[in-house]
Amino acid sequence: MADLHFLANPARFRRFSQRVLPGLTLATVLCLAVGLYLALVQSPPDYQQGETVRIMFVHVPSAWLAMAGYGMLAALGASLLVWRHPLAALMARAAAPVGACFALVCLLTGSLWGRPMWGTWWVWDARLTSMLLLFFLYLGHIALSRAYDESERGDRAAAILSLIGVINLPIIKFSVDWWNTLHQPASVAKLGGPAIHPTILIPLLWMAVSFLLLFVLLVLVRTETEIDRRRLEIAEQGA
Amino acid sequence: MSGFAALLARDLRLAWRRPGDIAVVLAFFVVATVLFPLGIGPQANLLARIAAGVLWSTALFASMLSLDRLFAADYEDGALDLLLLAPWPLELAALAKCTAHWIVTGLPLAVLAPVLGIAFGLDGPPLLALAATLLIGTPTLSLVGGLAAALTLGARRGGALLALLALPLCVPTLIFGAAAIESLTSGEDLGAHLAILAALALVSLATTPWAMAAALRQAGE
Repeated sequence: MADLHFLANPARFRRFSQRVLPGLTLATVLCLAVGLYLALVQSPPDYQQGETVRIMFVHVPSAWLAMAGYGMLAALGASLLVWRHPLAALMARAAAPVGACFALVCLLTGSLWGRPMWGTWWVWDARLTSMLLLFFLYLGHIALSRAYDESERGDRAAAILSLIGVINLPIIKFSVDWWNTLHQPASVAKLGGPAIHPTILIPLLWMAVSFLLLFVLLVLVRTETEIDRRRLEIAEQGA
Repeated sequence: MSGFAALLARDLRLAWRRPGDIAVVLAFFVVATVLFPLGIGPQANLLARIAAGVLWSTALFASMLSLDRLFAADYEDGALDLLLLAPWPLELAALAKCTAHWIVTGLPLAVLAPVLGIAFGLDGPPLLALAATLLIGTPTLSLVGGLAAALTLGARRGGALLALLALPLCVPTLIFGAAAIESLTSGEDLGAHLAILAALALVSLATTPWAMAAALRQAGE
């Protein structure tokens, strides 16, 4: 907790992020290069799905990141409402569009994968629908946080929305267990170990780590932009 | 509790004195519903099959339409500031306003829907089931919509934004409401669907008043 409060000061956060960004950028690029090589070249094609299985290496990490991103929005929303954490609002503002993009990538790649495998671009089953709702919740958060003339009001309204919307996350996670869906059940994080072969699991984990790094990188850069934007607003009001 | 009753009575009286506001919402419901047979064509069996989904969707739109004035009038004329200062919980005030909204919108929609259902070729048990699902489901719409109304209070493009926030959160109610009527033909248990609708209404009853109060407080600052 002490660290979080340390970073609550935007100027201190900026010094921290400036120090972290070069290394983080390098790590993201390297990790993504290794991950893409393993996923697209090294890993074997699936015996049933052929080459299309490689869509998974983008689809699954973006789904994870979209969900984790919304969880993060809710955590930021809570810390804004409870502690009035000044950086939380800026970071939520920065993170929401990134999370929405991951959700969109997940939906689009899922659709591209569904066409050859299921024979359809889209089915209205529980997993797909709840993911679509997550995308809409992201859109609502983005629209609400930018709908007010005073940004603070938008931030707090969006924070309340994110705390309500977080109910959707367990629904997405367990939708494949609760309902009979076309989407396959969880195969990586489950009791008794992952149900997929290491030749596929390892590239998948590489891709997941690089998507995570990419997410953190984008959020840090966008948070810096938000700090600048807020400073500009204050300067304009003062002038 | 006397504050709750007073606010509820006041909102009902205000609605009673301007019956046009409710009439417009109900007229929208009828017109929007009638568009479907006109657009899709008059095949009786097709209409009977989509009736539940259409009526539920248009009821959802109609209740969204009436929500953007839920707190706006009080916000503009200063009554909201008095509610914020009042010595009883703001959560109860928000709940009273949503209850009033349900009585003047949800209840008439639930009464009107079976009449429109007849035009879609529904009869007997499906009509009753339709009315029952709307009776149990519309409180959720009023509560979730009330939350969206509180969040968008004073925002630019309030109305469209309200729908964008509330509609995704209303999807579960829509799904189970429409599925309940289909359960009559597929032989599933109608009671289970009604129980889920009631559960959704109770969950929103237990959560949204607090969120609404938080949103109203930050609007009043």
